Amino acid sequence: MSLRMILRILGLLLMMFSLTMVPPIAISLLFGDGMWDAFLIAIAITVATGAAMYLPNRRARRELRTRDGFLIAALFWGVLGLFGSLPLMLTGSAALSFTDAVFESFSGLTTTGATVITGIDFLPEAILYYRQQLQWLGGMGIVVLAVAILPTLGVGGMALYRTEIPGPLKDSKLTPRITETAKALWYIYATLTLACMLAYMAAGMDWFDALGHSFSTVAIGGFSTHDASIGYFDSAAIEAICIAFMLISAMSFSLHFMAWRERRLSHYFEDPEARFLLLYLAGLCAIAVITLWLTGTEETTIGLRHGIFEVVSVATTAGFSVADFSAWPGALPLLLFIAAFVGASSGSTGGGMKVIRIILIIKQGMREIMRLIHPNAVIAVKIGKVSVPDGIAQAVWGFFSAYVLLFFLMLVGVMATGVDQVTAWSTVGSALNNLGPALGEASLHYGDMPSTAKWILVLAMLMGRLEIFTVLVLFTPAFWRK
Amino acid sequence: MKIIILGAGQVGGTLAEHLAREENDITVVDTDGERLRELHTRLDIRTVSGAASYPMVLRQAGCEDADMLIAVTNSDEVNMIACQVAHTLFRTPTKIARVRATPYLARKGLFAHEAVPIDVLISPEQVVTDHIRRLIEHPGALQVLEFASGLVQLVAVKAFYGGPLVGQELGFLRRHMPSVDTRVAAIYRRNRPIIPRGDTVIEADDEVFFIAARRDIRAVMSELRRLDRDFRRVVIAGGGNIGERLAEHLEHSHQVKMIEHNLERCTQLSERLDRTVVLHGSATSKRLLEEENIEDCDIFCALTNDDEVNIMSSMLAKRMGAKKVLTLINNAAYVDLVQGGEIDIAISPQQATIGSLLTHVRRGDIVNVHSLRRGAAEAIEAIAHGDSQSSRVVGRAIGEIDLPSGTTIGAIVRGKEVLIAHDDVVVESGDHVILFVVDKRRIRDVERLFQVGLTFF
Repeated sequence: MSLRMILRILGLLLMMFSLTMVPPIAISLLFGDGMWDAFLIAIAITVATGAAMYLPNRRARRELRTRDGFLIAALFWGVLGLFGSLPLMLTGSAALSFTDAVFESFSGLTTTGATVITGIDFLPEAILYYRQQLQWLGGMGIVVLAVAILPTLGVGGMALYRTEIPGPLKDSKLTPRITETAKALWYIYATLTLACMLAYMAAGMDWFDALGHSFSTVAIGGFSTHDASIGYFDSAAIEAICIAFMLISAMSFSLHFMAWRERRLSHYFEDPEARFLLLYLAGLCAIAVITLWLTGTEETTIGLRHGIFEVVSVATTAGFSVADFSAWPGALPLLLFIAAFVGASSGSTGGGMKVIRIILIIKQGMREIMRLIHPNAVIAVKIGKVSVPDGIAQAVWGFFSAYVLLFFLMLVGVMATGVDQVTAWSTVGSALNNLGPALGEASLHYGDMPSTAKWILVLAMLMGRLEIFTVLVLFTPAFWRK
Repeated sequence: MKIIILGAGQVGGTLAEHLAREENDITVVDTDGERLRELHTRLDIRTVSGAASYPMVLRQAGCEDADMLIAVTNSDEVNMIACQVAHTLFRTPTKIARVRATPYLARKGLFAHEAVPIDVLISPEQVVTDHIRRLIEHPGALQVLEFASGLVQLVAVKAFYGGPLVGQELGFLRRHMPSVDTRVAAIYRRNRPIIPRGDTVIEADDEVFFIAARRDIRAVMSELRRLDRDFRRVVIAGGGNIGERLAEHLEHSHQVKMIEHNLERCTQLSERLDRTVVLHGSATSKRLLEEENIEDCDIFCALTNDDEVNIMSSMLAKRMGAKKVLTLINNAAYVDLVQGGEIDIAISPQQATIGSLLTHVRRGDIVNVHSLRRGAAEAIEAIAHGDSQSSRVVGRAIGEIDLPSGTTIGAIVRGKEVLIAHDDVVVESGDHVILFVVDKRRIRDVERLFQVGLTFF
């Protein structure tokens, strides 16, 4: 892939991205918070940079190849994350430093939901809206990345889903059908968002909060327009709606795609990954709620509400909160964090290692045990009725090792900047799993972390979002060889 | 009857042998001239060498005036096309074909008169699998045959010392178990048939065939022998079509292990089967059997396509402690040799499948034929038609019916009701009558019995 080609795509991407800064201007004018000029400047910078990249190279056209998907995915989050931070730096009174702005912007685009800002309730509306919108855009990108692009690239065993996804998703070529797929997925994504927003409004949110929270709920982001997150509303109805939409978004969008195209719901219960996710979440909820009751941390109904909400929110890697789970007794905080490592389904907007990989790892473990009992047995690892080729199983193990290795490397890096151990591992885990909340000193916000640590976390968010190998492959010489 | 058989393989060959013995004009078509010659010298049949689905070959085989075409070549597709050709070009009235691949069988409406014109589909592997499955579900039985879609079963068991009925007259059975109605259809003592009467005494080692409603089978079996425990642990040697189907049926209710020597096939099986433990290795390997705790297994089924391997592995498994062994044996000569010794049950696949074909060759309204005792005896399910004028069966009490010698009526199924045949039961039109024919030479007479006289029309 030539440099001119990359610049052309980048330029185009930036010019399109600048359009997303127009709605905040409208919000700003509507609420009269006086922030519209910051967005105008950001648009100007972005468009100018984009045009400078695009115009000289606009004739460098070529059919995209499967391998180019790695680069586009990395660019989408990398470059847009940088330019997305522009408005946050330019907004006068509420302006953030470069590091903080980039952190906040990446946290939004990767749907992590970790924030460096304190006093969110006092932020100008335009900025509030912009943060929520960043998550929504990130989620939109992930849906296509996770359902359409990653399977064709086969990152970390994700080729598994390629065979099961019907129709247009089967093809390994990026164009032209991938655009059709993307359109259908975005349509589903937008419909879900709208449904979520209307439900929130029906449950008593005003339209601005409803819009903002629907953006971050469907994207499994975790940004909120209030410091107290969903807990601000203290409404069982709103919590229930949030749980429902987090669960929906934590399931593979290819399932939603099938539901939408075939108009039936039965395959949600036939899909092994969705079933495993629901069962294991139900188990976790039971553990959390019972622990809360037994230790007398929370009273009966509140314990039930908070227990279920926090489990779903953390395990799906959304990161909304109604209570401070880091203060919960016993092993609960750690347990929830481990659940975040498992994460959501593949092909969803959630993060983590993805349920399907965990299922595969468990099944392979069981196979090893069976082999000890029956040395001559030939045992297939099966997901549902489909047997998984050994190559994919190996890729999953590779992914798992890389994930763990990366986690420890970054943990060491963050600790080296002077952060204590609990804060360090929880922030790295949170960033890598695109979760959001952390423990220790970062349990409220990430503002007090050292800048070097913030940059490491930005990298962790990007790596976690792009399933590690998508980023790592760009650093190999072989990828760039003609 | 003029019958054309396509394919001179195991099924085709055995079929030709059975049908030729019954005064039918048989023509066998196959591409393998050597096999045809071998059949030709042994049996009184005509053979045609050529591709079975070609119109020219079919014409040469006499398809124009044949009454029936039986397509049992190795290829499903050839069988289907042959039936299509016979239907379209020669208007052959009855077409029977073997179709094995389940994808063809999954959709209804494919094998219809106006689509692929096959009147009767047979699947020998399915028949053999069902046969073995019934044996596993009835521990202790030598043979379990079903009639009237499973309402009535005919079971063969070996009487053992210690069974309450052994050493008693048959009449004692009724007094001993007043609530259970059954009828002993035949007794084989030292391989010779005895027609049972009320005063016949059952001896140990007798092979007793009895008919009863499905729910009463266990009670009757307990009269003749100590009941075996239900089989739980099943080891299947040989992962061919039969082994796979059997494992598929049993794996949810039993613990199934399967031994297969071909690694590629093992992988395939492990992908298709859910709970079966698929083992790679030879069924005759002592070490493998030891490792897999053969001494704890309730039944060992040797189902490879090699008779010798089946027999040897069965004997080995039995020696090492398998409680029961069941062996599939193609070579009819071996069956008599091994059954009753170390091997508890020997199954001849041809014999199991031949019945489903004979059903369609028989005259009269016959819905089920089971070939027994290597074809010497037969159990038949026939439907009685007509009235007391036109039929020799309808309107008469069973005691009054003039049955050919060596024939007993075991039961009658009227709608959903099972009537065990006692002398005073009167046969009505539409009844399914289940008969046991000890001497197959009397089959013609039995057929005639159920054909309706001219006055009926």
